[in-house]
Amino acid sequence: MSVLVDKETRVIVQGITGHQGKFHSGEMLKFGTKVVAGTSPGKGGTEVNGIPVFNTVRETRHLNPDATMIAVAAPFVKDAAFEALDAEIPLIYILTEHVPFHDTMEILYHCRRKGVTLIGPNGPGVTAAMDCKIGIMPNHIFKKGDIAVASRSGTLTYEIVGALTRNGFGQSTVIGLGGDPVVGLTFIDVLKMFENDEATNKIVLVGEIGGTNEERAAEYIKSHVSKKVVAYITGRSAPPGKRMGHAGAIVEKGMGTAESKIKAFNHAGVEVAEYPVDIPSLIK
Amino acid sequence: MNLYEYMGKEIFSSFGIPVPSGYVIHDVADLKPLSGSVVVKSQVLIGGRGKSGGIKFASDEAQLKEAVTGLLGTKIRGYTVSTLLIEEKINIAKEYYVSISLNRTERKPLIMASASGGVEIESVDPKEIYTRIIDPLTGYSDYIGREIVSFLGLQGEVASQFRSLLSKLYKVFKEEDCELAEINPLVLTAEGKVLAADAKVVIDSDSLYRHQKYNVTDPEKTPLELEAQGKGYSFVEMDGLIGVIANGAGLTMATLDALTLHKGNPRNFLDLGGTDSIDIVVNAFELVLKANPKAILVNIFGGVTKCDTVASGITAAKAKFNISRPIVVRLSGVREEEGREILKNNGIQAYSEMMPAIEAVVKAAGGA
Repeated sequence: MSVLVDKETRVIVQGITGHQGKFHSGEMLKFGTKVVAGTSPGKGGTEVNGIPVFNTVRETRHLNPDATMIAVAAPFVKDAAFEALDAEIPLIYILTEHVPFHDTMEILYHCRRKGVTLIGPNGPGVTAAMDCKIGIMPNHIFKKGDIAVASRSGTLTYEIVGALTRNGFGQSTVIGLGGDPVVGLTFIDVLKMFENDEATNKIVLVGEIGGTNEERAAEYIKSHVSKKVVAYITGRSAPPGKRMGHAGAIVEKGMGTAESKIKAFNHAGVEVAEYPVDIPSLIK
Repeated sequence: MNLYEYMGKEIFSSFGIPVPSGYVIHDVADLKPLSGSVVVKSQVLIGGRGKSGGIKFASDEAQLKEAVTGLLGTKIRGYTVSTLLIEEKINIAKEYYVSISLNRTERKPLIMASASGGVEIESVDPKEIYTRIIDPLTGYSDYIGREIVSFLGLQGEVASQFRSLLSKLYKVFKEEDCELAEINPLVLTAEGKVLAADAKVVIDSDSLYRHQKYNVTDPEKTPLELEAQGKGYSFVEMDGLIGVIANGAGLTMATLDALTLHKGNPRNFLDLGGTDSIDIVVNAFELVLKANPKAILVNIFGGVTKCDTVASGITAAKAKFNISRPIVVRLSGVREEEGREILKNNGIQAYSEMMPAIEAVVKAAGGA
């Protein structure tokens, strides 16, 4: 078993007729994901990549979706998420970048209230290796195995998953948390899932500067995680006060530095790789 | 986006938070006749302007003119003063601190208050600061205000002014999409009035589409960073020698880290983003070339961004800008073979792994 998604997960794509929705719904189908429907207001009755398109999420309920990928423009994300919440879809993944964090706070609050899992915004999604991919991770990098990966970055996740695969280490579940200051899942949330997941034996965390997510995870690992954890932290060379691409990747008033995160992980007995390509040799 | 003090006060005022009366000038000719003592405040987005001489007092026309001509056009810690706020001088009885900000760890708003106002809040003993995480669904409610006035030891009319102000500040935070809404100092005047004597408001840049009235240029950004921002790139200038173009914020940061660990300091951060267009690559080269690096590293993990598109962009840029400085390329992922072939035909070797490319570019730039 994997966490969050598996072979049977039925996925809809909100905003399937847009550039991102069109391309990634096709890639998800190629990966083997059960993409059962898409939505796009006014385009109901058409098809994208052979997937039926509906005007509203409500009209897709007879297809029993378990998860939705939201790929609409930032100003419309909150409404799309509320539509999915109203339709009782238990997993919401938001691909969109530049969602105002006040909107994300509200979405997250209502997700918690209803017991819905929120992934993102501004992350690559979740993949159960060879079984189900929701999001935009490249299809070819995965290999089935027992290593779970959670990351605040997109391409860096691909780099590390690719390096694991090339070195013969397969993955159970790979989750991109998202690069925004407010996202649905923390490292602690996913550590809980990975610790309880029978398919996972080892865990890779990929953190970056900004916030205290990594420091908290390190504390949690000390007392709650029995499986081997290794990490990589990016942003050692980032000048203070500058946003390094991600809205959340910023060192403010000396808080959220790479040094502080590396130190916290080392204290928790978690080895931190110097380079992304060193992860396979640490996870051995 | 950081707002100037006067913009923050305009917002406060529109939400009913009392501020000293005043007006903004850009030129000495904009001055209005004096009706009492005033304070002349330089509008700059950096801290410590008072200590740096950016705030002056005047009690007659001559002093006012002198203060204004003395401040306009001067530099405060490197930033030119082009706007002044002329405000009535208030009789300060006591200074407080209040703020509402995003707490990233809790992913909820955080309200803070202290009776030690007018100084940097970081320097105040945490025991003297009231803090509370606000539940975003219930939001601010008057019991929080009652807790705060009790903590601050306020009573009667002053306490009710405080509570009214705090509920309005929460409205500002929420409705104006603030990362931070801070009043420091929040002044209790000798006449018993509560006033926001300063305003620090930071608005979430991602929300600007619904707050188009403000357009502030970040003074911390270099001209090249501003140019890049206008063209839609995430770009940060640094002081090394190696130009960097990569895709994805995480991979770009990891590239800078790896260069630094190899003693090959980066000249910039440039994230191509998740797009797949030759022009975006060509324009990225134009920006990086303006930073005049000794060598350029392109590090791509292809996904949405295809390696062959990037390769075509590199060859197009090389021809267009007649680039003779070394370009080192790493291509991995979607369509890497096609990309490598395009580059080979143009005399550029592309690595498939990141570390050999890092080593090669450091060598090419004359480093370790």
